[in-house]
Amino acid sequence: MGMTITEKILAKAAGKESVGAGELVDAKIDIIMCHDVTTPPAISMLVEKGIDKVFDRAKIVVTPDHFQPAKDVKSAELHKRLDEWARRHDIKYYYKLGRAGVCHALLPEQGHIRPGEVIVGGDSHTCTYGAFAAFSTGIGSTDLAAAIATGELWFKAPASIKLVLNGSPAPGVYSKDVILAVIARIGVDGALYKALEFAGSTLSEMSMEARMTMTNMAIEAGAKNGIIGFDDITKQYLDEHLKDKKDYTIFESDSDAEYERIEEFDCSTMEPMVALPHLPSGGVPVSQCSGGAMDQAYIGSCTNGRIEDLRVAAKILEGKEAAIRTIVVPATPSIWKQAKDEGLFDIFYSAGCVIAAPTCGACLGGFMGVLAAGEKCISTTNRNFVGRMGHPESEVYLASPATAAASAVEGKITDPRKYI
Amino acid sequence: MSKAHVYNRDHINTDEIIPARYLNTDDEQELAEHCMEGLDKDFVSKVAEGDVIVAGEDFGCGSSREHAVWAIRGAKVGTVIAKSFARIFYRNAINCGFYLIESADGPGQINDGDELEIDYKTGLIKDKTTGIDITFNPLPDFALGIINDGGLLEHIKKKM
Ligand code: SF4
Repeated sequence: MGMTITEKILAKAAGKESVGAGELVDAKIDIIMCHDVTTPPAISMLVEKGIDKVFDRAKIVVTPDHFQPAKDVKSAELHKRLDEWARRHDIKYYYKLGRAGVCHALLPEQGHIRPGEVIVGGDSHTCTYGAFAAFSTGIGSTDLAAAIATGELWFKAPASIKLVLNGSPAPGVYSKDVILAVIARIGVDGALYKALEFAGSTLSEMSMEARMTMTNMAIEAGAKNGIIGFDDITKQYLDEHLKDKKDYTIFESDSDAEYERIEEFDCSTMEPMVALPHLPSGGVPVSQCSGGAMDQAYIGSCTNGRIEDLRVAAKILEGKEAAIRTIVVPATPSIWKQAKDEGLFDIFYSAGCVIAAPTCGACLGGFMGVLAAGEKCISTTNRNFVGRMGHPESEVYLASPATAAASAVEGKITDPRKYI
Repeated sequence: MSKAHVYNRDHINTDEIIPARYLNTDDEQELAEHCMEGLDKDFVSKVAEGDVIVAGEDFGCGSSREHAVWAIRGAKVGTVIAKSFARIFYRNAINCGFYLIESADGPGQINDGDELEIDYKTGLIKDKTTGIDITFNPLPDFALGIINDGGLLEHIKKKM
């Protein structure tokens, strides 16, 4: 019987010929992502247990991002612990100060993600990197500590669900809308413990940025990892971004690989989607909820804070004034610079938007746009749980950058297609 | 004896268990003061040592923050009984040496305030209030190995 791409990568990492769904394996880790919320506790655990070491200083990538720059004394203490540890162990890739950015946008952009590798990070959206035909999954602080010290972790190989995306999305419909439609159908636990493998002709029309928006949200369906096979679009991105280590192994699913189920989606008939509070599975076509008054629009995060996203938003905001608080957060310093160089900041400035420095910020209710009781925010982020962006009685509506920008212009949920 | 605190809901997520505004610390006692705050702000005042949280499907979904497990453990909760758990939360709990009980039909039979007696080895919950016995599958051996060692780091230290 054939193997899926996920099984093949885990087999290689475990030094085995083959691996089947449900099998427990000890896998070697290629890259570990560390940020300011979950890594400091891992560091403390290692120190406390007397195993304060790193398995390979060149395979750990560190960036503070959640409360970057530190928002208060306590987060400053977290940053300090992270900083002292990174310097103590001479971590090779440590992005700080003006180089720090939202982890899942930063690592691919800086060339740390390679196909065929096993990547873990102390963050649930680490599944983003699966867009590069890699096995990538989020872990907690204890796992992180173990991975940092040993370079290995146990995994139960997940069964795979194949999502076949066909058809060309209409203008105004983006990969964010596709993934919201997928999660609306399969549910927030529709892929619990599973691998979500994306396939189909629609992918060939999507950039790596657009693909990352989808694998980013695999966890919102409960998945262990999201994954997309390698193609020319992947290759071109890697050619432009890989720096120190440029070789990688390409795996693809066998034609007789076993899937728990296969779900097909016709992207040509999809509308822009909005996920209503308080679950990412609350997606409905924008036509069913347009007109709902908003207090804030938030354009940023690891889901939709990349340059393509900012371009889409700027195009809609150009020459207009935002009717509500609108916060634009380029996800990394280089995206920030590119947006500035392309003149997007002029557009955002003229529209009355706040332009923030790269940070997770209000995506997780940290700072830079936290909501008051009763406020509603249309957001390009990935989670709309109760209290996610602030007060437990605030509401988050998930949408694409186009829908968020159009809604910013009108102050209410708006179909972006009228501005495209 | 442990008292059951029943939340008859699916998808109780990490933002409800420990809201992100408290993630600027990893102090377990400080986190414990806000345990379940996003869902029930009175939880901390109601819970006594060894009590049990009972919930529906997909408990602990959302973020990878182990802070959710620490908040629950810090609040001296004995265990969580849920129909199913989100993957990262489940794994984090095992790694912390915290035993979770997965039971598809258990939660539906337990009422808020019931007194429970749990035998983790054989997989039996005795509901002393209703007299009902509920069986569950004890954790698999590899997970028990980690829990019995006192968590993943102690477990790997043995091998190092
Ligand atoms: S941008 Fe939001 S979802 Fe992404 S890593 Fe930061 S907090 Fe998490």
